[in-house]
Amino acid sequence: MPRRRVLEGMSALTGAAMLPRTARAAGPPTSAIDTTGLAVTDDTVTVGILHSITGTMAISETGSVEAEKLAISQINEAGGVLGRQIKIIQEDGASDWPTFAEKAKKLLVNDKCAAVFGCWTSASRKAVLPVFEQYNGMLYYPTFYEGLEQSKNVIYTGQEATQQILAGLDWVNRTKGAKTFYLLGSDYIWPRTSNKIARKHIENHLTGCKVVGEDYFPLGSTQFNSVINKMKLVKPDVIYAIIVGGSNVAFYKQLKAAGVDLSKQTLLTISVTEDEILGIGGENIAGAFACMKYFQSIDNPNNKAFVAAFKKMWGEKSVIGDVTQAAYLGPNLWKLTAEKAQSFDVDKIAAASPGIEFKGAPEGYVRIHENHHLWSRTRVGKALVDGQYEIVYETPDLIEPNPFPKCYQ
Amino acid sequence: MFMGYSLGDLGSIMAMQGFAGLSLFSVFVLMALGLAIIFGQMGVINMAHGEFMILGAYVTYLTSYIFTNYLPSLFSIYFFIAVILAFCAAGLLGMLVEWGLIRFLYRRPLDTLLATWGLSLILQQVYRSVFGAREVGVDQPDWMMGAANLSDTIQIPINGLIVMVLTIIITVCVYLLIFRMKWGKQVRAVMSNRAMADAVGIDTEKVDRLTFGIGCGVAGVAGSAFTMIGSTSPTAGQLYIVDTFLIVVFGGAQSLLGTVASAFTISQARSTLEFFLSGSMAQVLVLLTVVGILMLRPQGLFVLKVRR
Repeated sequence: MPRRRVLEGMSALTGAAMLPRTARAAGPPTSAIDTTGLAVTDDTVTVGILHSITGTMAISETGSVEAEKLAISQINEAGGVLGRQIKIIQEDGASDWPTFAEKAKKLLVNDKCAAVFGCWTSASRKAVLPVFEQYNGMLYYPTFYEGLEQSKNVIYTGQEATQQILAGLDWVNRTKGAKTFYLLGSDYIWPRTSNKIARKHIENHLTGCKVVGEDYFPLGSTQFNSVINKMKLVKPDVIYAIIVGGSNVAFYKQLKAAGVDLSKQTLLTISVTEDEILGIGGENIAGAFACMKYFQSIDNPNNKAFVAAFKKMWGEKSVIGDVTQAAYLGPNLWKLTAEKAQSFDVDKIAAASPGIEFKGAPEGYVRIHENHHLWSRTRVGKALVDGQYEIVYETPDLIEPNPFPKCYQ
Repeated sequence: MFMGYSLGDLGSIMAMQGFAGLSLFSVFVLMALGLAIIFGQMGVINMAHGEFMILGAYVTYLTSYIFTNYLPSLFSIYFFIAVILAFCAAGLLGMLVEWGLIRFLYRRPLDTLLATWGLSLILQQVYRSVFGAREVGVDQPDWMMGAANLSDTIQIPINGLIVMVLTIIITVCVYLLIFRMKWGKQVRAVMSNRAMADAVGIDTEKVDRLTFGIGCGVAGVAGSAFTMIGSTSPTAGQLYIVDTFLIVVFGGAQSLLGTVASAFTISQARSTLEFFLSGSMAQVLVLLTVVGILMLRPQGLFVLKVRR
């Protein structure tokens, strides 16, 4: 109950914050920064937020909406973009892919949004992609995903698969001496593509390593006892798990109940953020390793400020996962790009994006690549009982995004 | 795939696998019993069955929350109280729904399908508004988590044992209720001939309401038990509904024994196949077999022999 109220209250509040209330340094004239008829006035610019706030995916997407609203309110407080306050139009994709496409069209055609922050699943992104390309919109997409896509009209602020996978496998091979891997996943495109990349990497690039099993379960599957027994038989050095949604909870609870001790059995996952641990329960997953680019526990001033601001806006109990942080990058990157391009025109934003640096990112420095993905570090975290991750490894350099990995097809 | 393993290893895996099959069996029975009462005995296609289960899960969550905060000394036994509360909450809501919605639709099975589907959407959104869209973690006392070590290599999940015991208790209660008590006789009388049952003085409306309530209550108990093995989120009920209908329909809708037998067949087939094939393939093969058998025997495995 309180959470919902806070949410409603907050959206009203952000709405109020959107109104022009302070005198600002006048930005460039509207005619100069908007030549394509976007929703830009002398003191406002309109953007869209398009996530599921109802339906199955609401579980995951709520955090992204919160992060995007936080970023936008911070930008507005700091004077807006090109002297304009950002106004938000939020639409609900309702966990339904055609609805996403329809709402995307509404945001671009009726509302003339200068940019849209949204989508979460690959299915929803695939559904809106033709709309963004046809009506020339700009989408900032926050989720880590399987790669194999690149568009002028999308900036991918999460990691593509190779960025997220390779460093983690190398790490577990190097520090745990892992030789045998058991790949596990929910049965859809992201886990399958990711495991394909993982398998190629294990077999071709890690000496003496092999995959001893690979299993997929339908989305929403809640019974894992059989596969747990199978893993007890083959005793892999590493369980590599990419299970999502409600299945996640069932998998870790049953793993614990079956007597698999994660302090002895190495488990590496790329699909469990702090958000998911809320449902799984810290005591059920403590000891597992996760590989992604952001953990709430990252120790740097940017992140401390971000976590504090997030909790102030959305409540002390909120947790911040990888995607939530990536969603926070979207509005900030768009602002920096618009300032560099001195324009809101989508073509100019798309052209100006490569090379944009965001030094204030909670995950640390990020930069947009030519291919519209982000250069970013990858980290390995160890799950703790309190639901947070302790970071045990961080790649020394930024990893280049490679959405079409040649040797991994 | 068994090359290179010792006999002892294989033996313990087989034992654990056997237990996995049995525990899946009890999960299935628990899921399907409530629906077997509602769909089998009353002929109501209740698409909101999963949501009644999740109501039970949320009641368990609330109970655990209250015990952690106000009665921490009794936390280790809170689960039993939660099960009873879950039964009452889901049962009461069931009776309310029967009174407000279902009773107008008894002669229109397809309309009940739509109405209860709508009800399930409404309930999901209510859960989302009240408890938030995110999954909630239900704390379990320590003794209910983890595994019992039967030998060095054989570990049996304790929560599986609890679900099994709960299933046996509920099944026996339902059996006694329907086949050994006067009230059960009335239920069966109403189902086989409503007009005649009315004529001999059975209060059919009351019987309907109680039957529906008990079916929903059992669903609530199932949901409460599933907090140990699955997730508690507004839409988690959707994860169970297909399997539940599959079991009830495959078993022959009107037979409780059929429900148990079909749960056994499907659970054993699935857990064995999952061990040798991948999870998705096992699912596909089981569904194909069920479809095949239903084509040959549309009435399901077991049918009540009644004079028409």
